[in-house]
Amino acid sequence: MCIAIPGKVVSIEDRQAVVDFKGNQVKVNVALIQPKVGDYVLIHAGCAIQVIDGAEAEEMLEILGEM
Amino acid sequence: MKNQEEILKQLKNYDGPPLKIMEVCGTHTAALFRNGIHSLLSPKIQLISGPGCPVCVTPTQYIDRLVEISLTPHHQVWTFGDMMKVPGEEESLSQAMGRGAQVHMMYSPFQVLEAALANPDITYVLAAVGFETTTPLYAQILKEAREKGLKNIRLLTSLKQILPAMEWILSHRNTIDGFLCPGHVSTIIGWKAYQPLAETYKKPMVVAGFTGTHLLKAIHRILEHGGEGKVFNDYPGVVSEEGNLLAKQLMEEVFQPEEAVWRGLGAIVDSGWYLKGPFAVYDMGSYDLRKDKKLPPGCLCREVIIGDNTPAECPMFGTECSPNHPYGPCMVSEEGACGIWYGRISI
Repeated sequence: MCIAIPGKVVSIEDRQAVVDFKGNQVKVNVALIQPKVGDYVLIHAGCAIQVIDGAEAEEMLEILGEM
Repeated sequence: MKNQEEILKQLKNYDGPPLKIMEVCGTHTAALFRNGIHSLLSPKIQLISGPGCPVCVTPTQYIDRLVEISLTPHHQVWTFGDMMKVPGEEESLSQAMGRGAQVHMMYSPFQVLEAALANPDITYVLAAVGFETTTPLYAQILKEAREKGLKNIRLLTSLKQILPAMEWILSHRNTIDGFLCPGHVSTIIGWKAYQPLAETYKKPMVVAGFTGTHLLKAIHRILEHGGEGKVFNDYPGVVSEEGNLLAKQLMEEVFQPEEAVWRGLGAIVDSGWYLKGPFAVYDMGSYDLRKDKKLPPGCLCREVIIGDNTPAECPMFGTECSPNHPYGPCMVSEEGACGIWYGRISI
């Protein structure tokens, strides 16, 4: 239920951002964190819940790739 | 901090007093199995799954109400997939679909905003189940629905707070030596939120991520700091001291804490989030859903959730109770302790 994945913010328009997740670009709501383009964010159920450290994000993505 | 080799050696050779460590969150339970952590520990270190699967602790009356709504004309229930198989008193949502129930499985609850705008004659009811990771999303959706003047969105809430449940476990069964705090709930509430609990009960609490290294480090922390009422943040790239302030403000603006029923545990004071003030009009009757069916005879879900037994110690486990025919709530969800144990042990 509380599963969350990291992604990198590509563009932002109002409360919506396009986030890159391993080459896939998805639209997420960013009203809860107000990120900048280039930030790594943690996404839960279509919504970014926190701006996170880039190295941590890369490590998570690597693990997701192995699953 | 020791290097990983030393940590591994210490964890394998630990010969002190038996140590019970509770991973509160189902995602951690899954990660512990995925990384084979259990096999790397001394038999004196026991890992116990806690109450952190919101689907498993949802009372039967909540499911019954969802089923009822989904069979009401011009109503559609939107839910995450893991709620589909949870048994109510008579049937699950998935079974109700067989007789025409309108149930939509969602990827993100935000999609309901577009659907509600496009179909004003349908009332969309979100099955709002979750902990603090998910609760702010529902708060944000209602803020946006209100701004857009959408009158056909409702929430049936079974939203819960993790700290009162941890406190319930500590005050009823003070046998846990340390906690692995839920990683993603912590991104919202912040690591400092655990401090009062850690200090009161003198337990080390570790906020950790989901990699094998994170998990081993966290268990090692608890081993080294037994009896100390401290919080350790070993996930600093993701979890901050205060968490997500905006999300916390939003939760408090839209919801208020009230007593909630946890399947298997019973009622816990102020452990639920309920809609309040101008947002109460979006409620689909969540306040009345506090009854829960007693657990079926022989089921040890309650003991599993509070850490008295492991899933494999239940006489129903793998026989009368399996993911296809769940007998108790912990077997229902992919993140329920029994469901995870079943999947891993049978591989």
